[in-house]
Amino acid sequence: MEIFGIPHQAFLGQLMLGLVNGAFYAILSLGLAVIFGLLDIVNFAHGALYMLGAFAAWIALDSFGINYWLALIVAPLAVGVVGVLIERLLLKRLYGLDPLYGLLLTFGLSLIFEGVFRDRFGVSGQSYPVPELLSGATNLGFMILPNYRAWVVLASLVVCLGTWFIIERTRLGAYLRAGTENARLVQAFGVNVPLMVMLTYGAGAALAAFAGVLAAPIVQVTPLMGSNLIIVVFAVVVIGGMGSILGSVITGLGLGVIEGLTRVFYPEASNVVVFVIMAIVLMLRPAGLFGKEA
Amino acid sequence: MSARSIRLISLLLLALGLVAPYVGLYPVFVMKLLCFALFACAFNLLLGFTGLLSFGHAAFFGGAAYVTGWFIKSLGWTPELGVLAGMVVAALLGVVFGGVAIRRQGIYFAMVTLALAQMVFFLCLQLPFTGGEDGLQGVPRGNLLGLLPLDSDIAMYYVVLAVFVAAYLAIQRIVTSPFGQVLKMIRENEPRAISLGYEVDRYKLMAFVLSAALSGLAGSLKTVVMGFATLSDVHWSMSGEVILMSLLGGVGTFFGPVLGASVVIALQNMLADKVGAWVTVIIGVIFVVCVLAFRRGVVGELVEWLDRRRPRKTTAPTARADHEAHSGETRADITA
Repeated sequence: MEIFGIPHQAFLGQLMLGLVNGAFYAILSLGLAVIFGLLDIVNFAHGALYMLGAFAAWIALDSFGINYWLALIVAPLAVGVVGVLIERLLLKRLYGLDPLYGLLLTFGLSLIFEGVFRDRFGVSGQSYPVPELLSGATNLGFMILPNYRAWVVLASLVVCLGTWFIIERTRLGAYLRAGTENARLVQAFGVNVPLMVMLTYGAGAALAAFAGVLAAPIVQVTPLMGSNLIIVVFAVVVIGGMGSILGSVITGLGLGVIEGLTRVFYPEASNVVVFVIMAIVLMLRPAGLFGKEA
Repeated sequence: MSARSIRLISLLLLALGLVAPYVGLYPVFVMKLLCFALFACAFNLLLGFTGLLSFGHAAFFGGAAYVTGWFIKSLGWTPELGVLAGMVVAALLGVVFGGVAIRRQGIYFAMVTLALAQMVFFLCLQLPFTGGEDGLQGVPRGNLLGLLPLDSDIAMYYVVLAVFVAAYLAIQRIVTSPFGQVLKMIRENEPRAISLGYEVDRYKLMAFVLSAALSGLAGSLKTVVMGFATLSDVHWSMSGEVILMSLLGGVGTFFGPVLGASVVIALQNMLADKVGAWVTVIIGVIFVVCVLAFRRGVVGELVEWLDRRRPRKTTAPTARADHEAHSGETRADITA
């Protein structure tokens, strides 16, 4: 069987790979959007935090024998603490300044993380084994589905929807949204806004690390894995607009799929297709697909 | 600082530039430094005097470096025509980037330029004439105007110095021209500029293209001097480096970027073979320290300090110093 002249197995395989990439775009752009909403900072270090998550899982397994499932909880917590420290010690000093300073500071931070890990581990990748429970593949009849990839897409969707639920449907989320609108007023009502801001950044960092752990078994764990991804995620954020959570999830998954399909039909363009789409979207809808600002 | 002392310092530095090869400074190192200083000045034209933070200037620098290398090496053009071709391509890229990016502002502008530059990076990686991972190696320096051989470092050095001084003066002229005044107004208060009837987007685009073309000049010159164009010229870390050079030296000052570039290039030169990957860490730390404690940069802080020490006779500069002292921590700061 063939689809548009491409063997359907290859076609569906790339589609699946696109969905997996899209899942990472979705988690990372979601974290960026939440942090930007409350802190007014575009977190360039998001890629580095993703890389930290993957390395935390690798080190945990390599040095302490902590398995994948435990790492899925431990690594985000550890990176979340790193995030809290970054917010307390550094970002806090930039509130009220031009948001560009936040971008530059976090850019510097990502260089620091990257440099330290490059010195320690070099640029060649470490490989992380796929957990036993999810190794192998399932034959669905029309395609052979690697179990781990299906798990990545599923887990990311659950995490994204969970985040959406917390922000849109709980009291904590209501405070968060109110803080995004007018932090001082929320503080005047007795909500501890600085604590909330700190935890938001920590949670954003933990989300990035979670994506990193998910990615560890399917990509090479290298110090540069984050910075290569973050630029695409920035383009995803520009395309989707940072206004809506579900918007960033849909945009992330959609662009992942488009990228996967490009890899089937015109592989040379697969690296740049997201950027081309970004340029087109900016021409037609400067605020992004789901953006609200003019 | 008074105009006289500025002129005195400039002349001293020019004199230093003229005698540099004879007082023990390695000409190739100084040439590299001048290329990056020019790149930082071109970048600063946009960030410092128009208030636009581009995170994609490596595309102009590196794109022009590749084009020049290809024209000289494969087509046998003379160096000045190769450099011109690089500049033209950089300017065209600037039109495209600028046309897309100025539709968004502030933080989005930075992200859009970063993403577009990444596209150029992949093009340089994949296009047939760019040499892939190796880049273009062994570009000959050739003869200037087909007459003057540039193989000797001394001849090359004075050509680079002349180009640098001309470009530096051109940037100064642009900024102090009526056009430059409009750019500064856009930086300070864009809504007011619009309400006064200026077509703000056209001015921004023009500043962007000028900055791109001059960055291209820097990249092309670098190819001629060093004889190669590699992927690191178009990589996003190069865009980051040029931001650091401006920030460290002093955004929105004329000489700041030159100083910042000198410090960064000298650091890289001294440390590269000693500390390996720690160069990245050190650059990152300087970034963090600059942003946290040092937002005016070395030259900016110095000017501020001198202004405060001076007895306040005239009204105009004092009012400006006061304004800056008060608004030091506000939005205008990054561009001041």
